Amino acid sequence: MTPDEARALIAERFTGSQVEGTTALTVTVTPDAWLAFAAFAKETLGCRFFSFLSATDWKDQGLEVVAKLDNTDTTLSLLVKSKLGAGVTTCASLVPVYRGADWMERECYDMFGIRFEGHPDLRRILLQDDWVGHPLLKSYSLDTPYPPYR
Amino acid sequence: MTTVSTTRQELDYAGSERLTMNMGPQHPSAHGVFRAILQLEGETVVGVDAVIGYLHRCHEKLAETLTYAQYPSIASKTDYVAAMTSEFAYVMAAETIGKIEVPRRAQYLRVITSELQRVASHLLWLGTWCLDMGGALGGGATIFLYTIRERETILDLFESLVGARLLYGFYQVGGVRYDIPDGWAATCRDTMAVIDQRIGEYERMLEENPFFLVRTQGVGVISRDLAEDVGISGPLLRGSGVAFDLRRAAPYSSYEDFEFNVPVETAGDCFARYRVRMVEFRESLRIVRQALDKLPEGPISSRPGLKSVAQTRIPKGETYARVEGARGEVGCYLVADGSAKPYRMKWRGASYSNLAVLPHVIPGHKVADVVAIMGSVDPVFGEVDR
Repeated sequence: MTPDEARALIAERFTGSQVEGTTALTVTVTPDAWLAFAAFAKETLGCRFFSFLSATDWKDQGLEVVAKLDNTDTTLSLLVKSKLGAGVTTCASLVPVYRGADWMERECYDMFGIRFEGHPDLRRILLQDDWVGHPLLKSYSLDTPYPPYR
Repeated sequence: MTTVSTTRQELDYAGSERLTMNMGPQHPSAHGVFRAILQLEGETVVGVDAVIGYLHRCHEKLAETLTYAQYPSIASKTDYVAAMTSEFAYVMAAETIGKIEVPRRAQYLRVITSELQRVASHLLWLGTWCLDMGGALGGGATIFLYTIRERETILDLFESLVGARLLYGFYQVGGVRYDIPDGWAATCRDTMAVIDQRIGEYERMLEENPFFLVRTQGVGVISRDLAEDVGISGPLLRGSGVAFDLRRAAPYSSYEDFEFNVPVETAGDCFARYRVRMVEFRESLRIVRQALDKLPEGPISSRPGLKSVAQTRIPKGETYARVEGARGEVGCYLVADGSAKPYRMKWRGASYSNLAVLPHVIPGHKVADVVAIMGSVDPVFGEVDR
C-alpha cells in the first residue's frame, strides 16, 4: 500500500475527509467517522500498529483528538485527526478496534476530560481518582492551586 | 471460574478460592513505582489491574511552559535510563516543524550517542532482569554486577563528552551541544571491544543455564496480532515477529548511511525478547564503529550559540517525530504556534504502550512468572508516567 493508493482509497470511502502530506499522511475526518475510519485503516489499509492517541485543546474551537496508526509491512503511516467541535467532550472509543486505545483513552480522559463512549473502563490513569479538573485543558490555570494541593 | 467462598467450611485449599494480592508500588522488581493488583487462584494469576502514575511529573503541561531551548534537558528525565533518545525525539520534532537543518557531523554524533545509549540501557536491563529472576540463576547478582561494570564504561564516555553521567542535555535544536574531545574516539573503540567480548560471555552464562531457559522460554508469549494492536514497540515488537525498526522503516539522522541488521524473533516469549536485545547490542556497536570511521568534519550545530532561552522560535505547524529508542518508539507530537514555546506537546513513551500489554499477557501465568515477564518488558517508569 503506497501513500498514493491509500490517499485514493480514503477519498473514495470518506468523502468528508482531508488528506495532507506525501510520505506520512495526515488525515482529518469528521467526529462521526472517527471509529469507522479507524476500522477502515486497520482492515483495508493494514494499519494494525496503534502508536498513540491524544488530544489538543484549541480553546474556543474545542477539542481535537489525534491518533497515530502504522502499517508495519509497508511503512504507511497515518496521523488521524478529528475536531470534536466547541464544547463537545464526547468521542467514540477506539477500543473495539485497537486494544491499545484502552490506556491511551484513559490518559486522554484524565488530561482532557473527553468521555470515550464505548470504553469498557474509563477512569483516571496517571492522576488519582479524586483529582479535580483535567490539567492539559488550556483553561486549567497553572497558578491556581487545585485540590488535593490547596 | 469458581465463586469466592464466604464461610470457613467452604474454603477449598485445592486452589479454587480467589485471592487478591497487591504487588508494589514498592516492589523491587518494578524498577520504579508500579502497583499490580493480581487476582490469584492458587499460584496462577487470573487477572491484573495495573496502577501507574506514581511518577507523574506533568511533562506535557510543563513543556507548554518551557522554551524550545529549555525543554530538551528536561526531556531527558522522561526515560532517564536512555536520556539521549528522549532528548532526540523532542529536538527532532522542533527541527521538522522549523525546517531546521542539522549538520552532518551533528547527525553522526547523534547516532553515536543514541547507539551507545541503547547499549548502556540494554546492559542495565539485562542485569536487573537477571537479578529479578535471582535464585534460579544461581544468584542473579553475578550478572548484574558484570553488566553494571560495563555500563559504567559507557557512562564514563558520556561523562567525558557531556560532563554528566545520567541526564545529558546533549541535544539542542539544530545540532548537539559538544563536539567529541581529543582521544575520545580511541577510548570509545577500546570500550566497545571489551563490551563486544563480554556480551559473548553473558550469552554463554545464560543460554547454557537450564534454569534461565525454563524461566524464559514459552513464558509471556505475545502474539503478533496483540503486539501491533496494543502498539508495543522496539525489542518487544521484533520479538513477536514484526520487522519494524524506525531506523530502517523511516530513517532519520543519516541512519541510511550505516549497515546493520534488524533482529527479528517469532516466538514472542521472554527468551525471544532477550535474543533480540542480545543481537541489538552487537548491531549498535557496529553502527558506532561505522559512524566513528566516517565521522564528517564540520560544524556541530546549524544555529549560533544561544544568547537567551527564548531565541529559538519555531513557526506555526505540527508534526509527529519519532526515534527508535532502547525500549521502542519514542515519539513527540508537537504543535507549534510561532512563539518560543510549544502550544501542545504529547509524549509517546515506549514503555507506556509496552506496559499496557501486561494485563493481556500475564493471566494464566504463575506469580513467579510475573516478575520474569515484567522484566522482559523493560519498563522505565519515568517514561510510563511522564
